[in-house]
Order: sequence, then C-alpha cells, then structure tokens
Amino acid sequence: MNIYIDNKKYEIKEGKNLLEACLQLGLNLPYFCWHPALGSVGACRQCAIKLYKDEDDTKGRLVMGCMEPVRENVRISLEDSDAKGFREQVIGWLMTNHPHDCAVCDEGGSCHLQDMTVMAGHNYRDYRFTKRTYNNQDLGPFLNHEMNRCIQCYRCVRYYKDYAGGKDLDVFAAHNHVYFGRCGDGKLESEFSGNLAEVCPTGVFTDKTLQSHYTRKWDLTYAPSICQGCSLGCNVSAGERYGTLRQIANRYNGEVNGYFLCDRGRYGYEFVNSQQRIYEPAIRPHSNGTVNKEHIIEVVAEKIKKGKVIGIGSPRASLESNFALKQLVGTDNFYLGMSDSDHDHTGLALKILKEGPVRTPSLHEMEQADAVLILGEDITNTAPLMALAVRQAARQQPIHDTEQQLHLAPWQDAPMREAIQDKKGPLFILNTFPTKLDELATAIHRGAPDNLARIAFALAAKLGADITPVSDLHEDEKELVTRMADALMAAKSSLIIAGYGSGCDHFMKAAANISWALQQQGRTPMLSLTLPECNSLGLEILGGHRLDSAIDVVKQGEADTIIILENDLYRRADEHVIDEMFKHAKEVILVDHLYNQTAEKATVILPAGTFAEADGTLVNNEGRAQRFFQVFVPKGSVQESWRWFLQIADKAIIPRLNGLQNLDDIIWAMCVAVPFLEKVQQIAPHADFRINGQKIPRESHRYSGRTANLAKENVSEPKPSDDIDTPLSFTMEGYRGEPPAPLIPYFWSPGWNSVQSVNKYQTEIGGHLHGGDPGLRLLEPHVNGKPHYFREAPDHFVPIPGHVQVMPMYNIFGSEELSMYTKGIAQSSQDFFCMYMNPEDMHQWGVSPGIWVSFDVDHHTYQMVAVPNHWLPRGIAALNAGLPKSKIIDLPQCIRLCGSESLHIAR
Amino acid sequence: MFSLLRSMWLVFLHMFHKRETYQYPEEKAPLPARWRGRIALTRDPDGGERCVGCYLCAAACPVDCISLQATEAPDGRRYPSFFRINFSRCIFCGFCEEACPTYAIQLLPDFEIAEYDRQNLVYEKEDLLINSQGKYPGYNYYRVAGMAIGGKDKGDAAKEEPPVDVKSLLP
Repeated sequence: MNIYIDNKKYEIKEGKNLLEACLQLGLNLPYFCWHPALGSVGACRQCAIKLYKDEDDTKGRLVMGCMEPVRENVRISLEDSDAKGFREQVIGWLMTNHPHDCAVCDEGGSCHLQDMTVMAGHNYRDYRFTKRTYNNQDLGPFLNHEMNRCIQCYRCVRYYKDYAGGKDLDVFAAHNHVYFGRCGDGKLESEFSGNLAEVCPTGVFTDKTLQSHYTRKWDLTYAPSICQGCSLGCNVSAGERYGTLRQIANRYNGEVNGYFLCDRGRYGYEFVNSQQRIYEPAIRPHSNGTVNKEHIIEVVAEKIKKGKVIGIGSPRASLESNFALKQLVGTDNFYLGMSDSDHDHTGLALKILKEGPVRTPSLHEMEQADAVLILGEDITNTAPLMALAVRQAARQQPIHDTEQQLHLAPWQDAPMREAIQDKKGPLFILNTFPTKLDELATAIHRGAPDNLARIAFALAAKLGADITPVSDLHEDEKELVTRMADALMAAKSSLIIAGYGSGCDHFMKAAANISWALQQQGRTPMLSLTLPECNSLGLEILGGHRLDSAIDVVKQGEADTIIILENDLYRRADEHVIDEMFKHAKEVILVDHLYNQTAEKATVILPAGTFAEADGTLVNNEGRAQRFFQVFVPKGSVQESWRWFLQIADKAIIPRLNGLQNLDDIIWAMCVAVPFLEKVQQIAPHADFRINGQKIPRESHRYSGRTANLAKENVSEPKPSDDIDTPLSFTMEGYRGEPPAPLIPYFWSPGWNSVQSVNKYQTEIGGHLHGGDPGLRLLEPHVNGKPHYFREAPDHFVPIPGHVQVMPMYNIFGSEELSMYTKGIAQSSQDFFCMYMNPEDMHQWGVSPGIWVSFDVDHHTYQMVAVPNHWLPRGIAALNAGLPKSKIIDLPQCIRLCGSESLHIAR
Repeated sequence: MFSLLRSMWLVFLHMFHKRETYQYPEEKAPLPARWRGRIALTRDPDGGERCVGCYLCAAACPVDCISLQATEAPDGRRYPSFFRINFSRCIFCGFCEEACPTYAIQLLPDFEIAEYDRQNLVYEKEDLLINSQGKYPGYNYYRVAGMAIGGKDKGDAAKEEPPVDVKSLLP
C-alpha cells in the first residue's frame, strides 16, 4: 500500500495506523498514550499530523496519527507548521504541572517524556503559575511512586488492568486531579507490575531495586542476556556499574517476550551482588596461604586423575558448562543434576516435542491462540509470562468476531474493549488449586491430579485419539469433556498447556494426546509444556544419567570424587539422601557462584560466573537456543564454569577437550559431539565478527567516568579487558550503528533514549527485529510422524490409609532458587514452610491446624506445621516447592503420617 | 635601518610603562570570580549538600574524569555516596558546572593544586565539598523540586499547590 508523507512516497503494510506507519518508516513522531502492545486510544493528542484530502488539497486537517488507519494513497504531513505547532502546544500543556525533578528522577536519561519534549520542540516553559501536587503511595519493594510527574496518559492502568489483568491499580479522582494508584499503600499484586516502570513514559513508576544502587542508563554496561528465572527464556538486557549488576531491562524479542517481563525476571538478579558470592577458590581442609588459580587447577586435575570421578550437571548452568563437564568426566560418568521428578518431566517433554507431530509455539504465537486448555498447571507461578500470553489469547476470539462485525481494527483499543465488554474466548482450566487465570476461564474443574488427568484422557479419546477409553466419569465431567472438545474443534489454532507444576506427568501425556488427536482431525493445535528451569531442556538434550543413580554409584564406592556444576544438590533430593551421598564421597568439587548448603560439604570450591559474568547458551521450553553474554569482568578468580573445566582438562590431559580455549571452540566441540545442537553455532555471530572492523560496544557513547572510576586505587588507568569470547567489547569504543539482533546490548536511537527506541530496531511495529529475532529453534515437529499415543490413563486416585500423596505448589516468588536472594522477592514469598492438608483428613487424624506433624520419608522423620487447605482432595497434601531450607524435595511422593505433637506453634 | 632604530626606541619606551608582571608566588594575581579553576562541591543555604547525584556532570565531562554514586538518605534527600574527580585528567573546561542543575559543582578561582605525586590529584568527596554556597548564594534545589524530603513535604516547594485530595470531586 502506498502512502505519501510530506510528498514522499512510502510503501507500508495494510492494517496499521499512521503513527505506526511513521515510526516503522523511521520517522520521528512524538506520542504518549499509544503503546505497541496496548493499541491506540487517541488520548494524549501528541501525534497530531496533517491529513490531506487529495493531491490538490493544500489546507488539510489535523488528525491524530494513532487513530487514523493507513489507506491507499493517503497524503499526510509531519512537517506542516500547523501540526508541529499543535504538537508543541500539546506538550507544553502536558508539562505544565511536571515538577522540576529530572536531576533526582530515576527515569532521567531514559525518559520518553524528555525525548518527546525535545522532539516536539518545547524548549522553554511558558507556564509560571503554581503546580499541582500529589501524595505518593508505598507500592512495595519493586516500584517507586512519584505522582507529581504524571502526565495522565493512562498507559499504566491500560497496561495493568486491561493487558495484565491486575485489579489493584486504578485511576481515582476527577478532572485535572486524576490520580493513578492503589486504594491505599501496599504492594502491587500483579506479577507483572515491574513493567509499569517501562510502560510509564515518565518517572511516576520507577524501578526500586535500581534506585538502591542508582545509575543512569548511559552509565550502565549492558549486554544481551537471557532471564534465568524460569524455562521461558525471556530476553533481557543486564546492566552493570562499578562491578555490581544494577538493572534488568526488557530486551524485545518479537517471538519470545515482546515488550514485557515478569517481576521474578526483572528483579531476581540481586544474587549476582549477594554477600554469599564465592569469589576465590578454596580447598578444605584449609591449605596454607591463599590458593591461586594455577595451583587449584593443578590440585583438581590431580584429584581427577587419581579418583573415580563422576560429574553432576545443572539445569541452571549453560549448555557449554554442562557439556564441558560431561566431556571432562566422560559421558558414562555424567549425571543430570535434576530431581528425579524434574528429570522425568523434562525427558517426557523432550520426547513429546521431538517425536510428536504438533508444533510447540513461541510466546508470541500463544498470544494468537483462540482456544486454550490448561492442564494441571498454575502458569502464573510456573511460567509467568505464559500467563500474560494466555490473557491475550483469551481475547482473540471476541476480537476476531468484533473485527468482522464492526470492521474495527485490533489497534482501536477503546472501541474494541467497548465492543467486547467482558466476552472471552474459550479457556478451560483443570487444576487442583485456584489460579489467577480462573477469572478468565470458560470452565474450571478441580480435583486430584490423577482424576483431572483422566478427564483430559477422556477428552483425547473424544477427539479421536487411539487410546484406551476412560469410563466411569461423572455426568458433569462428561459434559465438560464435550464442551472442551467442541471448543477445541471449533478453534482455528488451539493451545494446550501442561507442565511440571502439579508434579503429575499424566497431564503432559494427556496434553500430547489431545493435541495429536486435534492434528489428526486436520486442526492446527499448539502444544506448550512448561519446564522447571532455564536450561532444563538443554540439559536433557545433552543427556546423562539420573541423579539417583549418581547417589547409588557413590554409595557403592564405584565413584569417590564428585564434580558438581552450579548446583545445590539439597534442592534436588531429600536432605537425608544427599547427606548420605556426601558421607560416602572422598572429594566433592563444587563449581558454583553462591555459598550454599552444598558448598558447606565441598572439599574444593571453584568460583563460577553467574549469567552476568559468563557467556553461554540456554534452551527454553520451546526448544529455542538463546545466547547470553557476559556483562562485566568479575572480581576475584571468578570465570565461566566451562573455562574452569577446560583449564582442568588441559592439566589433567583429557583428550576430549584438548586444545579448546574460548567460547567458539567449546560450542564447536559441542556441536560435533551432539549433532542435534548443530544450530547453536549459528545463534549469534562468532567472536571474530566485526562491523567496519569494530566490535560492538557494551557501553553507550555517553558512558562517564572512565578516567575516574578506578583512580582511587591507581591514577593510571589500566588497559580495558579484552573479550576473547564474543564480538562485544567491554568499553565504549566500537561500532555505533545498529548491531545484529542477537548482539543488541541495549536499545537506543538518536532522540530516543528510553526503551521506546525499540521501534527503530523492528522491521514492523510489534514484529521481528531487523535480521530476525535472536535465538534458533532446535525442535521442529515431526510432521509426517505417526503419533504414538500414551494409551493408558492413570487410575482413579484412591487415598492410602495413613498416608498422604504430597504434591508441589509453585510460587512465582519463592520457588526459584536464585531470585530469592533479592530482598523484595524474599519478602513477597511465603515466609514459612508448612504442609497443606485436607481439613477432613486433618480431622480424621486428629491434627489441628498449626500443629507440628511428623512424617516419615524412607525411615527419616520430618516435622512440619499442618495447615488446612479446602481445595485439596482427601489423601492429598501440598508443600510450597523450592523454598530455601526445605527438606522434602522430591515431589510428588507418598509419605507416611507418624503422628502429631501437641506443641502448638503460634503463627 | 630606520625600522631597526624604531624598534629599539619602542623597547626603550617600555622601560617607563606600568609593570604587568606579578611577582608570583609572593604576589597573587587577582582572578575574576568566573575563573575556571579548582572544582568544588558547594552547599545550599541550609548547609545541606547541594549535589543530588544526578550524573549530569559526569556525562558532560569530555575527559570522563568525574565518577560518583548516587544514594538516598532516609529523609529522601539524594546525595553522592562518593564523588571523585581525577584532576590529573581534568581540563577545567567548566562543562560540569554548566551541566549541574543544582549549582552544586562550581569551578573556583584557584589554580594552585599542583602535586609532586599524580595520585594526589585524585580528589574524593571530602576534598571537594566546601562549606560555602560558592557563586550562587541563596539557591536551594529542593525548594523548587517536586520531591518531598524531610522538612519539606509535597506542596511545600515554591509555586506548589497543596496536595490534591483524591476523594474530592470539587472543581
């Protein structure tokens, strides 16, 4: 479609509005209320342009760019003096009450309002009268509130309520007194509240964790990174200053996280700066003097040569580190450091995705689904951003209907919401506990996981899957099956979600069956499976033995030296099991970055780099391999885990790792050894990549303090560190243009200092980045493969007398190991460790609430406080999974109730 | 020949001119108030630190010789937890002073900061902070800024209305 802007002809895709068109063409048009993910409402009047009737029209009329669709041969002008004057006036008005705050405002330097004020040409304040003020609220540990700065664009409530489904942020008061906040002080309840800091065009909502070590955007050393918080692999930009990580900002990826992050991902970075960090190697019992790097490498190499060695990998370490360890100890001696149930789930997921005919979608594709079925998974807590995607998917069907009936474009946000009201597309949730998505659901069903899985199997059978039919369903369950089957068959692209969250792998099997059956019916379903950790799938692809066989091997004396990679084994199996293993081991060599319970048992500790101090590759739940890059040069002897292993292998003379030195070497070796990972070599440019002979700088061109940062120690500046592993440089020198998508350290464009500059990096607004979104999918569906259905549904759940089946309960704040080092996240988590039980069970066994109950696990007695939970079916109990210092890890498991003590604990 | 004699004559006349040479260091040259010399951090009329740690001086500095870390006091005032200027790099261009939104950083008419050891030219905050308002007496940034600090609540700053009552619908 052709359009004319200032008499110049441009080509643009249909279905956009003129503001999007201008931004996409690289033209600068200021805006506030429009946001690529939220659509247009035409409220701020900032994107005014002149629209002409035809070629002869010289007068034209002012219209709002965001409210006017692109039409064939439409003629507009941005440069017209009326339009420019109007925009300057408008921003002048918006600025009347804006305080004289920039110097003390955390948004300064990455502020959309600053950028737009300059862009619109409002250079001097004309307003000399009194300014309106507001009192602020305490919004909890993640966000600051400074209402004086508000320009009433309404983006915050549109994002928080309409997009993210939050309830507790709203607009209050009237006329020129409108107030954006909560009813009273308190933490924002939504798991996606942190995005307000980026959605707000000015400094009303700012990142509180950044404020605690405040640095301007131009002073941060950024590198493209991948979130370590869950299996979705959201893209982030991690920023460092003075040797500590300061901020996680969203890094747009059109396929994965788009414009938003969850709060665990955004704020869960503070473990990098933790007091618990290991910076120097250590040997126990203590050797004389300090251990230097060369010496400890020799010591470890010696121990490896002498001992019978096994290696335990980690789902939170990169592919490279796991591969290096696997090669160091030999394939037969490599064990996956996942709990057995995690291992089962991940293995099953990999099998389903690899062998099945159904495609697993990216988050962006999930947003487009028009019918969703969630099986046994509270995705808000196990894969938070997936929940945000499902919230958008629930609107797809009404949006399609409205588009056809009323001829509204989807970006027409206000009329679209008016037309849709609270209509929702089909969303079915089968889960034991209530979830935050229940409010959107067409139908919800609760019960024991096995019983819910039976319903899902019945649904698969109904859709024509070749499985053993499930009988003895209740009438209402049968009706639900019919409803779900009808909705899924009617949908253009349905989405089936299952995962590890309930600890019951029948859900994944049922989800696979359902999606395969739909595929065979000629539908195009999507199947998404959540996984426990950021590299669970990568580790499973790499392959290794189970953790419990490692324990057996050590106990039987077939191995005496254990090398543990970035793993706290006390989070992988019950305490007594790991204690037993360490008792039998002669040497425990730990490569990790945090001093944890496992580190206390280690005889050798090597300091590993966190995601901010290392390069590596992760594979997310979609099978997308993504590279994260080192942000800064760490203190002490910290280096990448794989580099430790390469250096040890060099000393111990392990031919499998011979001659490998840097990142590209180990990736090459990995791709040769595991051909399935072939594409990992192509996900980012190699270390010798240059543009105009230059590296890509991690620092902005305004980076300050180069000659003063280290002057206290020595006035002569040291040579900046070289990065031998990647095409990024640790300095501000380098190529200043747009880097390739996988190497974009931060988004910036002349005149666009805030994160809104991402428009300049996209081929289409809200679309892919130039040159394609970073990351490559390793898993594609086996299109012509005949699905091997999981034929047997689980049996009906029957409680075993005197026993409870314990299932895990995951929480966005608390269940993930590393994010708990952030104070705000620890505050937001469940602060006590207890056993949730069915109240009738408790009554039957004479357990009153708040009493210590003893449980027997493999003849080891554990005690916990019993708390009633009405959602739990009889015979089932639940534990908050992953809380620090939890002793029962391997969930689900059947444990025996020994009795209760009358010792009452005041809660 | 003539020009030679003329030059000699002019030189001879200079013997009777007023002397421009100052016998430094015994005699100090009077420097104008806006002379760009040693950099100092000044205080506001209440005696509080003027610097709010906005990083603009550091960003403006063409030789990148300013380094600081902003932090916030319990009463809401922002201040630099450290502030370092490497005078061995400083070119006394005065950009930092121009960039400063709070009149905190000022260049003073003092150039006598030579050192034998280059390391001594690295000035920390305790070396830079002076007990004076410098060239701009009377200015207090927090009196015009919208942030509330201890002793100055919302609506107390210059040209501010009292905070909005969100429960009122009155015009």
